[in-house]
Amino acid sequence: MLRHQRRDFHAYFYPAGRPGLLPVLWAQLVSGATKNSAIHVDGLRKSFGDLEVLKGVSMDARDGDVVSIIGASGSGKSTFLRCINLLELPSAGNITIAGEPIKFAPVKDGVMNPADRKQIQRLRTNLGMVFQGFNLWGHMTVLQNVMEAPVHVLGQSKAEAREKAEALLQRVGLFEKREQYPAFLSGGQQQRAAIARALAIEPQAMLFDEPTSALDPELVGEVLKVIHSIAEEGRTMILVTHEMAFARDVSSQVVFLHQGQVEEQGTPDQVFKYARSERCKAFVSSIH
Amino acid sequence: MTFLSNIIQFLSEWGPNLLWGLAATVQIALGGYVLGLLIGLGGALGKIYGGSMTRWGLEIYTTLIRAVPELVLILLLYYAGTQLLNEVLRSFGYEPVDISGVAAGVAVLGIVQGAYATEVIRGAMQAIPKGQVEAAQAYGMSAFLTFRRIMLPAMVPLALPGMANLWLIITKDTALLAVVGFEELAGATRQAAGSTRLYLEAFVVAGAIYLCLTLASNSFFKWLEGRTTRGQAKLGAA
Repeated sequence: MLRHQRRDFHAYFYPAGRPGLLPVLWAQLVSGATKNSAIHVDGLRKSFGDLEVLKGVSMDARDGDVVSIIGASGSGKSTFLRCINLLELPSAGNITIAGEPIKFAPVKDGVMNPADRKQIQRLRTNLGMVFQGFNLWGHMTVLQNVMEAPVHVLGQSKAEAREKAEALLQRVGLFEKREQYPAFLSGGQQQRAAIARALAIEPQAMLFDEPTSALDPELVGEVLKVIHSIAEEGRTMILVTHEMAFARDVSSQVVFLHQGQVEEQGTPDQVFKYARSERCKAFVSSIH
Repeated sequence: MTFLSNIIQFLSEWGPNLLWGLAATVQIALGGYVLGLLIGLGGALGKIYGGSMTRWGLEIYTTLIRAVPELVLILLLYYAGTQLLNEVLRSFGYEPVDISGVAAGVAVLGIVQGAYATEVIRGAMQAIPKGQVEAAQAYGMSAFLTFRRIMLPAMVPLALPGMANLWLIITKDTALLAVVGFEELAGATRQAAGSTRLYLEAFVVAGAIYLCLTLASNSFFKWLEGRTTRGQAKLGAA
Protein backbone atom coordinates (compact mmCIF):
# COMPACT_ATOMS: atom_id res chain seq x y z
CA MET A 1 0.00 0.00 0.00
CA LEU A 2 2.72 2.40 1.01
CA ARG A 3 4.37 1.86 -2.32
CA HIS A 4 1.39 3.07 -4.27
CA GLN A 5 0.84 5.99 -1.99
CA ARG A 6 4.40 7.04 -2.55
CA ARG A 7 4.00 6.94 -6.27
CA ASP A 8 0.83 9.01 -6.01
CA PHE A 9 2.73 11.47 -3.90
CA HIS A 10 5.30 11.87 -6.64
CA ALA A 11 2.67 12.22 -9.28
CA TYR A 12 0.94 14.89 -7.23
CA PHE A 13 3.97 17.10 -6.89
CA TYR A 14 5.68 16.26 -10.14
CA PRO A 15 2.97 15.36 -12.58
CA ALA A 16 5.07 15.63 -15.72
CA GLY A 17 8.66 15.72 -14.71
CA ARG A 18 11.49 13.80 -13.19
CA PRO A 19 10.98 13.65 -9.42
CA GLY A 20 13.20 16.09 -7.62
CA LEU A 21 15.96 15.07 -5.31
CA LEU A 22 14.36 16.10 -2.05
CA PRO A 23 11.16 14.03 -2.23
CA VAL A 24 13.21 11.01 -3.29
CA LEU A 25 15.53 11.43 -0.33
CA TRP A 26 12.60 12.02 1.93
CA ALA A 27 10.82 8.90 0.73
CA GLN A 28 13.97 6.85 1.25
CA LEU A 29 14.41 8.31 4.67
CA VAL A 30 10.85 7.44 5.61
CA SER A 31 11.05 3.95 4.19
CA GLY A 32 14.47 3.47 5.75
CA ALA A 33 13.14 4.44 9.11
CA THR A 34 10.01 2.35 9.03
CA LYS A 35 10.98 -0.72 7.03
CA ASN A 36 13.66 -3.27 7.64
CA SER A 37 16.09 -4.41 5.02
CA ALA A 38 14.90 -7.73 3.59
CA ILE A 39 17.74 -8.37 1.18
CA HIS A 40 20.89 -6.33 1.02
CA VAL A 41 23.58 -7.09 -1.54
CA ASP A 42 26.84 -5.22 -1.63
CA GLY A 43 29.51 -5.31 -4.33
CA LEU A 44 28.60 -8.72 -5.67
CA ARG A 45 31.03 -10.22 -8.14
CA LYS A 46 30.83 -13.49 -9.99
CA SER A 47 33.14 -15.03 -12.55
CA PHE A 48 32.74 -18.15 -14.61
CA GLY A 49 36.35 -18.96 -15.40
CA ASP A 50 37.79 -15.91 -17.11
CA LEU A 51 34.38 -14.42 -17.80
CA GLU A 52 33.28 -11.90 -15.18
CA VAL A 53 29.48 -11.94 -15.26
CA LEU A 54 28.84 -9.65 -12.30
CA LYS A 55 31.18 -6.76 -11.68
CA GLY A 56 30.18 -5.40 -8.32
CA VAL A 57 26.39 -5.23 -8.13
CA SER A 58 24.65 -3.75 -5.09
CA MET A 59 20.99 -3.71 -4.24
CA ASP A 60 18.80 -3.06 -1.26
CA ALA A 61 15.30 -4.42 -0.95
CA ARG A 62 13.32 -3.37 2.11
CA ASP A 63 10.29 -5.16 3.46
CA GLY A 64 7.46 -4.84 0.99
CA ASP A 65 9.66 -3.68 -1.88
CA VAL A 66 9.19 -5.12 -5.32
CA VAL A 67 12.51 -4.89 -7.14
CA SER A 68 12.55 -5.72 -10.83
CA ILE A 69 15.83 -6.54 -12.49
CA ILE A 70 15.86 -5.96 -16.20
CA GLY A 71 18.51 -6.09 -18.89
CA ALA A 72 19.51 -7.87 -22.07
CA SER A 73 20.27 -11.58 -22.01
CA GLY A 74 23.75 -12.13 -20.72
CA SER A 75 23.64 -9.00 -18.59
CA GLY A 76 23.91 -11.15 -15.47
CA LYS A 77 20.43 -10.69 -14.03
CA SER A 78 19.66 -14.37 -13.45
CA THR A 79 23.13 -15.01 -12.09
CA PHE A 80 22.63 -12.12 -9.68
CA LEU A 81 19.34 -13.55 -8.44
CA ARG A 82 20.81 -17.04 -8.08
CA CYS A 83 23.69 -15.64 -6.04
CA ILE A 84 21.24 -14.26 -3.47
CA ASN A 85 20.28 -17.75 -2.28
CA LEU A 86 23.66 -19.20 -3.23
CA LEU A 87 22.52 -21.42 -6.05
CA GLU A 88 25.53 -19.75 -7.63
CA LEU A 89 28.50 -19.06 -5.43
CA PRO A 90 29.73 -15.47 -5.75
CA SER A 91 33.38 -14.54 -6.16
CA ALA A 92 33.20 -11.47 -3.91
CA GLY A 93 30.74 -9.27 -2.08
CA ASN A 94 28.35 -9.34 0.84
CA ILE A 95 24.80 -10.62 1.09
CA THR A 96 22.50 -9.91 4.02
CA ILE A 97 19.15 -11.64 4.35
CA ALA A 98 16.69 -10.14 6.84
CA GLY A 99 19.52 -8.37 8.62
CA GLU A 100 21.68 -11.47 8.90
CA PRO A 101 24.90 -11.43 6.87
CA ILE A 102 25.79 -14.69 5.11
CA LYS A 103 29.00 -16.08 6.50
CA PHE A 104 31.49 -16.95 3.78
CA ALA A 105 34.66 -18.98 3.87
CA PRO A 106 37.76 -17.41 2.33
CA VAL A 107 37.76 -17.36 -1.48
CA LYS A 108 38.98 -20.63 -2.97
CA ASP A 109 39.25 -21.36 -6.70
CA GLY A 110 37.55 -18.07 -7.40
CA VAL A 111 34.37 -18.75 -5.42
CA MET A 112 33.22 -18.00 -1.90
CA ASN A 113 31.76 -21.09 -0.28
CA PRO A 114 29.37 -20.62 2.62
CA ALA A 115 31.14 -21.02 5.95
CA ASP A 116 28.08 -22.47 7.62
CA ARG A 117 25.83 -24.81 5.62
CA LYS A 118 23.17 -24.78 8.33
CA GLN A 119 22.94 -21.01 8.13
CA ILE A 120 22.42 -21.17 4.36
CA GLN A 121 19.73 -23.81 4.73
CA ARG A 122 17.96 -21.70 7.32
CA LEU A 123 18.23 -18.46 5.34
CA ARG A 124 17.02 -20.19 2.20
CA THR A 125 13.73 -20.96 3.93
CA ASN A 126 13.20 -17.18 4.04
CA LEU A 127 13.47 -16.97 0.26
CA GLY A 128 10.80 -18.49 -1.97
CA MET A 129 12.43 -19.18 -5.31
CA VAL A 130 10.44 -19.48 -8.54
CA PHE A 131 12.41 -20.78 -11.51
CA GLN A 132 12.17 -20.10 -15.21
CA GLY A 133 11.74 -23.83 -15.87
CA PHE A 134 9.28 -24.39 -12.95
CA ASN A 135 11.39 -27.27 -11.54
CA LEU A 136 8.45 -28.95 -9.86
CA TRP A 137 9.39 -32.35 -8.49
CA GLY A 138 8.13 -34.76 -11.10
CA HIS A 139 7.56 -37.74 -8.82
CA MET A 140 5.17 -35.82 -6.57
CA THR A 141 1.66 -34.58 -7.15
CA VAL A 142 1.02 -30.86 -7.15
CA LEU A 143 -0.19 -31.04 -3.55
CA GLN A 144 2.85 -33.07 -2.45
CA ASN A 145 5.11 -30.53 -4.16
CA VAL A 146 3.56 -27.72 -2.15
CA MET A 147 3.66 -29.69 1.13
CA GLU A 148 7.21 -31.01 0.74
CA ALA A 149 9.29 -28.19 2.20
CA PRO A 150 6.84 -27.26 4.99
CA VAL A 151 6.77 -30.88 6.21
CA HIS A 152 10.35 -32.00 5.65
CA VAL A 153 12.28 -28.76 6.06
CA LEU A 154 10.16 -26.68 8.41
CA GLY A 155 8.82 -29.66 10.35
CA GLN A 156 5.14 -28.81 10.10
CA SER A 157 2.64 -31.58 10.64
CA LYS A 158 1.16 -33.14 7.52
CA ALA A 159 -2.32 -31.99 8.41
CA GLU A 160 -1.24 -28.41 8.95
CA ALA A 161 0.85 -28.34 5.77
CA ARG A 162 -1.97 -29.89 3.78
CA GLU A 163 -4.48 -27.32 4.95
CA LYS A 164 -2.15 -24.45 4.01
CA ALA A 165 -1.19 -26.06 0.72
CA GLU A 166 -4.80 -26.51 -0.28
CA ALA A 167 -5.54 -22.88 0.53
CA LEU A 168 -2.56 -21.77 -1.57
CA LEU A 169 -3.61 -23.98 -4.48
CA GLN A 170 -7.08 -22.52 -4.17
CA ARG A 171 -5.52 -19.10 -4.42
CA VAL A 172 -3.53 -19.82 -7.58
CA GLY A 173 -6.53 -21.59 -9.07
CA LEU A 174 -5.16 -25.12 -9.01
CA PHE A 175 -7.15 -26.76 -6.24
CA GLU A 176 -8.85 -29.09 -8.74
CA LYS A 177 -5.46 -30.17 -10.09
CA ARG A 178 -3.94 -30.95 -6.70
CA GLU A 179 -3.73 -34.72 -7.25
CA GLN A 180 -2.19 -34.36 -10.71
CA TYR A 181 1.46 -34.88 -11.51
CA PRO A 182 3.29 -31.85 -12.95
CA ALA A 183 3.97 -33.50 -16.32
CA PHE A 184 0.25 -33.48 -17.03
CA LEU A 185 -0.20 -29.73 -16.46
CA SER A 186 0.29 -26.84 -18.87
CA GLY A 187 3.31 -24.58 -18.41
CA GLY A 188 1.17 -21.86 -16.87
CA GLN A 189 -0.37 -24.29 -14.40
CA GLN A 190 3.05 -25.67 -13.50
CA GLN A 191 4.39 -22.20 -12.84
CA ARG A 192 1.38 -21.31 -10.69
CA ALA A 193 1.92 -24.53 -8.74
CA ALA A 194 5.59 -23.58 -8.36
CA ILE A 195 4.55 -20.20 -6.99
CA ALA A 196 2.26 -21.91 -4.47
CA ARG A 197 5.20 -24.16 -3.51
CA ALA A 198 7.37 -21.10 -2.92
CA LEU A 199 4.68 -19.34 -0.88
CA ALA A 200 4.18 -22.46 1.24
CA ILE A 201 7.40 -21.88 3.17
CA GLU A 202 6.01 -18.46 4.10
CA PRO A 203 9.13 -16.70 2.89
CA GLN A 204 10.10 -13.17 3.82
CA ALA A 205 10.91 -12.53 0.19
CA MET A 206 10.14 -14.14 -3.14
CA LEU A 207 12.75 -14.55 -5.84
CA PHE A 208 11.38 -14.85 -9.38
CA ASP A 209 13.84 -15.91 -12.05
CA GLU A 210 12.21 -15.03 -15.39
CA PRO A 211 8.99 -16.73 -14.33
CA THR A 212 7.22 -16.30 -17.66
CA SER A 213 10.08 -16.72 -20.14
CA ALA A 214 9.43 -20.43 -20.72
CA LEU A 215 5.71 -19.98 -21.28
CA ASP A 216 3.62 -19.81 -24.40
CA PRO A 217 2.46 -16.21 -24.88
CA GLU A 218 -1.17 -17.02 -24.10
CA LEU A 219 -0.17 -18.51 -20.72
CA VAL A 220 1.91 -15.55 -19.56
CA GLY A 221 -1.11 -13.58 -18.36
CA GLU A 222 -2.37 -16.13 -15.84
CA VAL A 223 1.06 -16.30 -14.17
CA LEU A 224 1.56 -12.54 -14.12
CA LYS A 225 -1.86 -12.19 -12.50
CA VAL A 226 -0.78 -14.42 -9.63
CA ILE A 227 2.54 -12.58 -9.22
CA HIS A 228 0.67 -9.30 -9.27
CA SER A 229 -1.61 -10.43 -6.46
CA ILE A 230 1.41 -11.43 -4.39
CA ALA A 231 3.00 -8.04 -4.97
CA GLU A 232 -0.21 -6.37 -3.91
CA GLU A 233 -0.32 -8.07 -0.55
CA GLY A 234 2.96 -6.31 0.20
CA ARG A 235 5.33 -9.22 -0.03
CA THR A 236 8.96 -8.43 -0.74
CA MET A 237 9.92 -9.60 -4.21
CA ILE A 238 12.94 -9.63 -6.46
CA LEU A 239 11.82 -10.22 -10.00
CA VAL A 240 14.06 -10.89 -12.96
CA THR A 241 11.91 -10.33 -16.01
CA HIS A 242 11.57 -9.43 -19.64
CA GLU A 243 7.99 -8.26 -19.13
CA MET A 244 8.62 -4.52 -19.13
CA ALA A 245 5.03 -3.37 -18.82
CA PHE A 246 4.58 -5.67 -15.85
CA ALA A 247 7.82 -4.55 -14.19
CA ARG A 248 6.75 -0.99 -14.59
CA ASP A 249 3.39 -1.72 -13.09
CA VAL A 250 4.33 -3.70 -9.98
CA SER A 251 7.80 -2.48 -9.05
CA SER A 252 8.81 -0.05 -6.39
CA GLN A 253 12.36 -0.18 -7.71
CA VAL A 254 13.82 -1.15 -11.07
CA VAL A 255 17.42 -2.12 -11.65
CA PHE A 256 18.80 -2.13 -15.18
CA LEU A 257 21.85 -4.34 -15.52
CA HIS A 258 24.28 -4.03 -18.37
CA GLN A 259 27.29 -6.32 -18.73
CA GLY A 260 27.32 -7.18 -15.08
CA GLN A 261 26.93 -3.66 -13.73
CA VAL A 262 24.06 -1.55 -12.51
CA GLU A 263 23.57 0.94 -15.31
CA GLU A 264 20.39 2.54 -14.04
CA GLN A 265 18.43 2.16 -10.83
CA GLY A 266 15.39 3.87 -9.41
CA THR A 267 11.62 4.04 -9.44
CA PRO A 268 9.88 2.65 -12.54
CA ASP A 269 9.44 6.17 -13.84
CA GLN A 270 13.08 7.02 -13.32
CA VAL A 271 14.16 3.97 -15.31
CA PHE A 272 11.48 3.76 -17.95
CA LYS A 273 10.77 7.44 -18.57
CA TYR A 274 13.72 9.48 -17.41
CA ALA A 275 16.69 7.19 -17.73
CA ARG A 276 20.00 9.01 -17.74
CA SER A 277 21.92 6.21 -19.39
CA GLU A 278 21.68 6.00 -23.16
CA ARG A 279 21.92 2.20 -23.03
CA CYS A 280 19.01 2.00 -20.65
CA LYS A 281 16.96 4.31 -22.85
CA ALA A 282 17.79 2.24 -25.91
CA PHE A 283 16.96 -1.03 -24.13
CA VAL A 284 13.68 0.22 -22.75
CA SER A 285 12.57 1.67 -26.08
CA SER A 286 13.60 -1.43 -28.02
CA ILE A 287 11.47 -3.61 -25.77
CA HIS A 288 8.40 -1.43 -25.79
CA MET B 1 3.46 -90.38 -21.67
CA THR B 2 6.50 -91.87 -20.04
CA PHE B 3 8.07 -88.39 -20.03
CA LEU B 4 5.17 -86.93 -18.07
CA SER B 5 4.96 -89.82 -15.64
CA ASN B 6 8.73 -89.65 -15.23
CA ILE B 7 8.45 -85.97 -14.34
CA ILE B 8 5.71 -86.71 -11.82
CA GLN B 9 7.76 -89.49 -10.31
CA PHE B 10 10.85 -87.26 -10.27
CA LEU B 11 8.96 -84.44 -8.61
CA SER B 12 7.47 -86.63 -5.94
CA GLU B 13 10.93 -87.87 -4.98
CA TRP B 14 13.15 -84.87 -5.62
CA GLY B 15 10.69 -81.98 -5.67
CA PRO B 16 11.37 -80.93 -2.07
CA ASN B 17 15.13 -80.94 -2.72
CA LEU B 18 14.70 -78.70 -5.74
CA LEU B 19 12.49 -76.35 -3.74
CA TRP B 20 15.17 -76.13 -1.08
CA GLY B 21 17.60 -75.36 -3.87
CA LEU B 22 15.30 -72.65 -5.13
CA ALA B 23 15.05 -71.17 -1.64
CA ALA B 24 18.85 -71.08 -1.42
CA THR B 25 19.07 -69.51 -4.87
CA VAL B 26 16.59 -66.78 -3.99
CA GLN B 27 18.26 -66.18 -0.65
CA ILE B 28 21.70 -65.70 -2.17
CA ALA B 29 20.36 -63.70 -5.11
CA LEU B 30 18.46 -61.37 -2.77
CA GLY B 31 21.44 -60.95 -0.46
CA GLY B 32 23.83 -60.32 -3.33
CA TYR B 33 21.39 -57.96 -4.99
CA VAL B 34 20.87 -55.85 -1.90
CA LEU B 35 24.61 -55.74 -1.25
CA GLY B 36 25.18 -54.83 -4.90
CA LEU B 37 22.52 -52.12 -4.68
CA LEU B 38 24.19 -50.56 -1.64
CA ILE B 39 27.63 -50.73 -3.27
CA GLY B 40 26.09 -49.30 -6.43
CA LEU B 41 24.50 -46.36 -4.60
CA GLY B 42 27.71 -45.56 -2.78
CA GLY B 43 29.77 -46.13 -5.90
CA ALA B 44 27.60 -43.87 -8.02
CA LEU B 45 27.67 -41.10 -5.39
CA GLY B 46 31.44 -41.51 -5.13
CA LYS B 47 31.91 -41.37 -8.88
CA ILE B 48 29.81 -38.22 -9.18
CA TYR B 49 30.65 -36.29 -6.02
CA GLY B 50 33.86 -37.92 -4.79
CA GLY B 51 37.36 -36.52 -4.87
CA SER B 52 39.83 -37.66 -7.47
CA MET B 53 41.14 -40.52 -5.27
CA THR B 54 37.65 -41.92 -4.72
CA ARG B 55 36.83 -41.64 -8.39
CA TRP B 56 40.04 -43.41 -9.37
CA GLY B 57 39.46 -46.21 -6.90
CA LEU B 58 35.91 -46.74 -8.13
CA GLU B 59 37.02 -46.64 -11.74
CA ILE B 60 39.52 -49.42 -11.04
CA TYR B 61 36.86 -51.43 -9.19
CA THR B 62 34.22 -51.22 -11.92
CA THR B 63 36.73 -51.82 -14.70
CA LEU B 64 38.39 -54.84 -13.11
CA ILE B 65 35.21 -56.54 -11.97
CA ARG B 66 33.49 -56.05 -15.28
CA ALA B 67 36.54 -57.25 -17.19
CA VAL B 68 36.86 -60.66 -15.52
CA PRO B 69 34.41 -63.54 -16.18
CA GLU B 70 32.11 -64.06 -13.25
CA LEU B 71 33.03 -67.72 -12.90
CA VAL B 72 36.69 -66.76 -12.53
CA LEU B 73 35.77 -64.05 -10.02
CA ILE B 74 33.73 -66.50 -8.00
CA LEU B 75 36.57 -69.02 -7.88
CA LEU B 76 39.06 -66.26 -7.13
CA LEU B 77 37.07 -64.51 -4.43
CA TYR B 78 35.80 -67.72 -2.86
CA TYR B 79 39.11 -69.59 -2.58
CA ALA B 80 41.64 -66.77 -2.65
CA GLY B 81 39.36 -64.49 -0.63
CA THR B 82 38.94 -67.07 2.13
CA GLN B 83 42.65 -67.74 2.16
CA LEU B 84 43.47 -64.05 2.31
CA LEU B 85 40.99 -63.42 5.10
CA ASN B 86 42.43 -66.27 7.14
CA GLU B 87 46.01 -65.13 6.52
CA VAL B 88 45.06 -61.71 7.79
CA LEU B 89 43.25 -63.17 10.80
CA ARG B 90 46.21 -65.40 11.63
CA SER B 91 48.67 -62.52 11.40
CA PHE B 92 46.57 -60.66 13.96
CA GLY B 93 46.55 -63.74 16.14
CA TYR B 94 42.97 -64.84 15.54
CA GLU B 95 41.74 -68.33 14.77
CA PRO B 96 41.01 -68.96 11.09
CA VAL B 97 37.32 -69.04 10.35
CA ASP B 98 35.22 -71.29 8.16
CA ILE B 99 33.28 -69.07 5.83
CA SER B 100 29.77 -70.30 5.18
CA GLY B 101 28.75 -70.92 1.60
CA VAL B 102 25.87 -68.46 1.88
CA ALA B 103 28.03 -65.63 3.20
CA ALA B 104 30.68 -66.22 0.57
CA GLY B 105 28.10 -66.44 -2.19
CA VAL B 106 26.38 -63.25 -1.12
CA ALA B 107 29.69 -61.41 -0.82
CA VAL B 108 31.00 -62.58 -4.19
CA LEU B 109 27.81 -61.88 -6.13
CA GLY B 110 27.30 -58.60 -4.30
CA ILE B 111 30.75 -57.37 -5.27
CA VAL B 112 30.15 -58.34 -8.89
CA GLN B 113 26.68 -56.78 -8.95
CA GLY B 114 27.98 -53.65 -7.23
CA ALA B 115 30.23 -52.88 -10.18
CA TYR B 116 27.39 -53.07 -12.67
CA ALA B 117 24.92 -51.34 -10.35
CA THR B 118 27.38 -48.45 -9.86
CA GLU B 119 27.21 -47.71 -13.56
CA VAL B 120 23.43 -48.17 -13.84
CA ILE B 121 22.79 -45.88 -10.87
CA ARG B 122 25.39 -43.34 -11.95
CA GLY B 123 23.65 -43.04 -15.30
CA ALA B 124 20.27 -42.65 -13.63
CA MET B 125 21.56 -40.05 -11.19
CA GLN B 126 23.13 -37.97 -13.90
CA ALA B 127 19.87 -38.06 -15.84
CA ILE B 128 17.98 -36.31 -13.02
CA PRO B 129 17.18 -32.80 -14.27
CA LYS B 130 19.45 -30.35 -12.47
CA GLY B 131 16.51 -28.08 -11.69
CA GLN B 132 14.94 -30.75 -9.46
CA VAL B 133 17.97 -30.68 -7.19
CA GLU B 134 18.28 -26.89 -7.34
CA ALA B 135 14.67 -26.51 -6.26
CA ALA B 136 15.34 -28.76 -3.28
CA GLN B 137 18.38 -26.71 -2.30
CA ALA B 138 16.52 -23.45 -2.80
CA TYR B 139 13.93 -24.51 -0.20
CA GLY B 140 16.56 -25.23 2.42
CA MET B 141 16.95 -28.99 2.10
CA SER B 142 20.21 -30.47 3.34
CA ALA B 143 22.25 -32.64 1.01
CA PHE B 144 20.98 -35.81 2.69
CA LEU B 145 17.34 -34.71 2.60
CA THR B 146 17.72 -33.74 -1.06
CA PHE B 147 19.13 -37.17 -1.78
CA ARG B 148 16.44 -39.03 0.13
CA ARG B 149 13.37 -37.03 -0.86
CA ILE B 150 14.23 -35.82 -4.36
CA MET B 151 17.17 -37.58 -6.01
CA LEU B 152 16.38 -41.13 -4.92
CA PRO B 153 12.73 -41.14 -6.02
CA ALA B 154 13.54 -39.22 -9.20
CA MET B 155 16.26 -41.72 -10.00
CA VAL B 156 14.32 -44.95 -9.37
CA PRO B 157 12.29 -44.96 -12.62
CA LEU B 158 15.46 -44.19 -14.57
CA ALA B 159 17.47 -46.94 -12.90
CA LEU B 160 14.69 -49.53 -12.80
CA PRO B 161 15.06 -51.15 -16.25
CA GLY B 162 18.80 -51.59 -15.69
CA MET B 163 18.34 -52.80 -12.13
CA ALA B 164 15.66 -55.28 -13.23
CA ASN B 165 18.17 -56.68 -15.72
CA LEU B 166 20.73 -57.05 -12.96
CA TRP B 167 18.24 -58.94 -10.80
CA LEU B 168 17.48 -61.42 -13.58
CA ILE B 169 21.20 -61.88 -14.17
CA ILE B 170 21.97 -62.52 -10.50
CA THR B 171 19.20 -65.12 -10.15
CA LYS B 172 21.05 -67.12 -12.78
CA ASP B 173 24.56 -66.25 -11.65
CA THR B 174 23.77 -68.11 -8.46
CA ALA B 175 24.10 -71.29 -10.52
CA LEU B 176 27.81 -70.53 -10.85
CA LEU B 177 28.15 -71.07 -7.11
CA ALA B 178 27.60 -74.77 -7.77
CA VAL B 179 31.27 -74.93 -8.76
CA VAL B 180 32.33 -74.07 -5.23
CA GLY B 181 30.02 -76.76 -3.93
CA PHE B 182 27.18 -74.58 -2.88
CA GLU B 183 23.84 -76.38 -2.87
CA GLU B 184 21.45 -74.14 -4.80
CA LEU B 185 18.93 -74.93 -7.50
CA ALA B 186 21.40 -75.91 -10.24
CA GLY B 187 23.50 -77.99 -7.84
CA ALA B 188 20.43 -79.73 -6.42
CA THR B 189 19.23 -80.47 -9.93
CA ARG B 190 22.55 -81.99 -10.98
CA GLN B 191 22.58 -84.18 -7.91
CA ALA B 192 18.99 -85.27 -8.46
CA ALA B 193 19.63 -85.96 -12.14
CA GLY B 194 22.71 -88.00 -11.34
CA SER B 195 21.03 -90.22 -8.82
CA THR B 196 17.80 -90.79 -10.80
CA ARG B 197 19.39 -90.80 -14.27
CA LEU B 198 16.37 -88.74 -15.38
CA TYR B 199 18.58 -86.02 -16.91
CA LEU B 200 16.05 -84.60 -19.34
CA GLU B 201 13.24 -84.49 -16.80
CA ALA B 202 15.41 -83.00 -14.08
CA PHE B 203 16.76 -80.15 -16.18
CA VAL B 204 13.36 -79.44 -17.75
CA VAL B 205 11.94 -79.08 -14.25
CA ALA B 206 14.83 -76.84 -13.19
CA GLY B 207 14.40 -74.72 -16.32
CA ALA B 208 10.72 -74.35 -15.56
CA ILE B 209 11.50 -73.22 -12.02
CA TYR B 210 13.95 -70.60 -13.29
CA LEU B 211 11.32 -69.48 -15.78
CA CYS B 212 8.71 -69.09 -13.01
CA LEU B 213 11.19 -67.07 -10.97
CA THR B 214 11.81 -64.80 -13.96
CA LEU B 215 8.11 -64.38 -14.69
CA ALA B 216 7.36 -63.53 -11.07
CA SER B 217 10.25 -61.05 -11.03
CA ASN B 218 9.06 -59.48 -14.27
CA SER B 219 5.60 -58.83 -12.97
CA PHE B 220 7.03 -57.38 -9.76
CA PHE B 221 9.28 -55.00 -11.69
CA LYS B 222 6.44 -54.07 -14.01
CA TRP B 223 4.31 -53.18 -11.03
CA LEU B 224 7.16 -51.17 -9.50
CA GLU B 225 7.81 -49.37 -12.75
CA GLY B 226 4.15 -48.49 -13.10
CA ARG B 227 4.15 -47.17 -9.56
CA THR B 228 7.31 -45.09 -9.85
CA THR B 229 6.51 -43.59 -13.24
CA ARG B 230 3.03 -42.37 -12.33
CA GLY B 231 4.23 -38.80 -12.72
CA GLN B 232 5.69 -39.26 -16.18
CA ALA B 233 4.11 -38.59 -19.53
CA LYS B 234 5.19 -41.73 -21.36
CA LEU B 235 6.61 -42.28 -24.80
CA GLY B 236 4.87 -44.77 -27.06
CA ALA B 237 1.33 -46.01 -27.48
CA ALA B 238 -1.10 -44.70 -24.89
